[in-house]
Amino acid sequence: MGSANDLVLTGVSKRFGSFVAVDDLDLTVPAGSFFALLGPSGCGKTTTLRMIAGLETPTGGRITLGADDITALKPYRRPVNTVFQSYALFPHMTIAENVAFGLRRSGTRDVKDQVAAMLEMVELGDYGRRKPAQLSGGQQQRVALARALINRPRVLLLDEPLGALDLKLRRQMQIELKQIQTEVETTFVHVTHDQEEAMTMADTVAVMNAGVIEQMGRPEDLYEHPSTTFVANFLGQSNLIRGELGGAEQADVVVDVHGTRLLAPGAQVPDGGREVWVGIRPEKVTLAAAGAGALRGANVLESGVVTDASFTGVSTQYLVRMPWGQELMVFEQNTGQHKGFVVGDTVDLHWVPDHTFLLDAGQDSAAGVERETVP
Amino acid sequence: MSDTEERRGGLVGYVLLLPAGAWLTLFFVVPLVTLVSTSFYDPAGSLELGYRVTGQVTNYASVLSDYSEQFLRSLGYAATATLVCVLLGYPLAYAIAFKAGRWRNLMLVAVIAPFFTSFLIRTLSWQLILADQGWVVDTLQFLHLLGEDGRLLATPVAVVTGITYNFLPFMVLPLYASLEKIDPRLIEAGSDLYASPFTTFRTVTLPLSLPGLVAGTLLTFIPAAGDYINAQLLGNTRTQMIGNVIQKLFDGGSYPEAAALSVTLMAVIVVLVLAYVRRAGTEDLV
Ligand SMILES: Nc1ncnc2c1ncn2[C@@H]1O[C@H](COP(=O)(O)OP(=O)(O)O)[C@@H](O)[C@H]1O
Ligand SMILES: [Mg+2]
Repeated sequence: MGSANDLVLTGVSKRFGSFVAVDDLDLTVPAGSFFALLGPSGCGKTTTLRMIAGLETPTGGRITLGADDITALKPYRRPVNTVFQSYALFPHMTIAENVAFGLRRSGTRDVKDQVAAMLEMVELGDYGRRKPAQLSGGQQQRVALARALINRPRVLLLDEPLGALDLKLRRQMQIELKQIQTEVETTFVHVTHDQEEAMTMADTVAVMNAGVIEQMGRPEDLYEHPSTTFVANFLGQSNLIRGELGGAEQADVVVDVHGTRLLAPGAQVPDGGREVWVGIRPEKVTLAAAGAGALRGANVLESGVVTDASFTGVSTQYLVRMPWGQELMVFEQNTGQHKGFVVGDTVDLHWVPDHTFLLDAGQDSAAGVERETVP
Repeated sequence: MSDTEERRGGLVGYVLLLPAGAWLTLFFVVPLVTLVSTSFYDPAGSLELGYRVTGQVTNYASVLSDYSEQFLRSLGYAATATLVCVLLGYPLAYAIAFKAGRWRNLMLVAVIAPFFTSFLIRTLSWQLILADQGWVVDTLQFLHLLGEDGRLLATPVAVVTGITYNFLPFMVLPLYASLEKIDPRLIEAGSDLYASPFTTFRTVTLPLSLPGLVAGTLLTFIPAAGDYINAQLLGNTRTQMIGNVIQKLFDGGSYPEAAALSVTLMAVIVVLVLAYVRRAGTEDLV
């Protein structure tokens, strides 16, 4: 553990012709961590992974693993293994031969025993003599994992490893993968476009967009304190309201939002002008009948009109049209303590100032909104 | 499904098989039966006088003792040409499948292009290429790879070259079809798992292209073993293949011997092919 085995990308770029797929990327993956590279399709995740694996040569920058510069190392000399997006199992070999492949190359002795133990670990002990085509998608996925892990790589790269599985199996494999990672203590770099997957599995998430890292950190920090509108919208959902910075008030700052005075944590003030996006997550907001008193010190936006209410079981999701015309989202937990509102009701929006985040108004408030719908 | 429906379904199947069955009967079974029965006729007869059906096996004994040399030569030339076809065709097919990029279609057309000219014409042009005064011989003599009075035309080299040239596309096309189907990610997976490019080729690419290799060698070897045009146009009397003998016997009206030789050639090829396919274990491949 420790920095001796950190994977570090410094100013790494990849151009295909004139197209920049990865742009001056800086990334540190702590040794032993479960690291997720999250971003929409086409943002350069696979390309980044392939450069770490050595399957693609960076146009610029350096990749180091601990003290070793591996930028120009041939893929078959890197202590790194990949679980491919489509598994890429060798169709002409049995499962056992597939898993043994890497060990045979390095001339290890007790290959048979190790293969048996590894297949046992991924719960495929009885499948060694089958061919990949005779296995289900989930089983093939585990073979791909076993085939890579058995080599005890210093870094394991996983490219959307669960993308081809159905939802239920995917949830199950997320838990299993996480358990396996905890068990083997190898650094996992997990690429996905599924924000929920990234947040449930990873210690550290790097959100990638259009070839650059937007923000990196613990899932909780990213979610609670997004630093760009892209992250605010891509990780979960956010209400972004235009506001203007006022003075400071103890640890907080005052923001004027369409004539209403709101408070936000002072630590969050973005560089740049006085114009800001005031962000609040829909589930942090509570709805109250118009004019009902709020808790002391709460942020309040008054006189919204409910334009849509959809009951999802766990919660009710409201759309509320504000006096300045913007529709805000509010998710109310179905705790049974509130009576629901119906379309046409006039309501106030309350929330705790600490839950507010501020973003530079120079950005597009809709960045990252158009996500692929999760099947 | 009810009984009658099932029966009707079966009937439709048989009806659909009829054209193919008729075709096979007319153009394969009938000629084969004729050929085999002819091989047992009394060789003393002729087309004009008619043959006596004596059911004798002496035809086989005599052609085998008379022409075993040409027989072995045919198999040897065919095997050599097939081997050279593999050595030339595999890299070519590999390059077209993996390295050609946007030139791929053009290269495939180039492989097939010779078929637009007659087999005979193309073989005849090799007479010119390999001629004693041709540039190939000149160059080889200049490089002292060929003696002052050395020649290529009318030698086994010329015959094997001709066969190789003529059957190379039959090697390249099935090989290409096999290689083209290989997912490039499998090759990347090999290198990700510590296999050098050569090891990846040996353990991944080659085994996966085996069906194409087997098909290619069969499509080359079988017709090459029965070929007589190349030996006739590019060889001499000492490079005669079994096809030349059959043709000669045929021209001389010795139908029973020609038939016996043909049947023997067929039998030998079938045995060789079966042994080869079993050895290559293609039935086990995906
Ligand atoms: N070999 C290549 N040649 C040209 N463009 C490529 C190549 N590989 C990837 N790209 C482009 O680079 C961008 C990033 O691709 P990729 O890394 O696969 O994205 P992701 O994995 O995030 O979906 C895409 O726009 C893709 O079209
Ligand atoms: Mg990808």
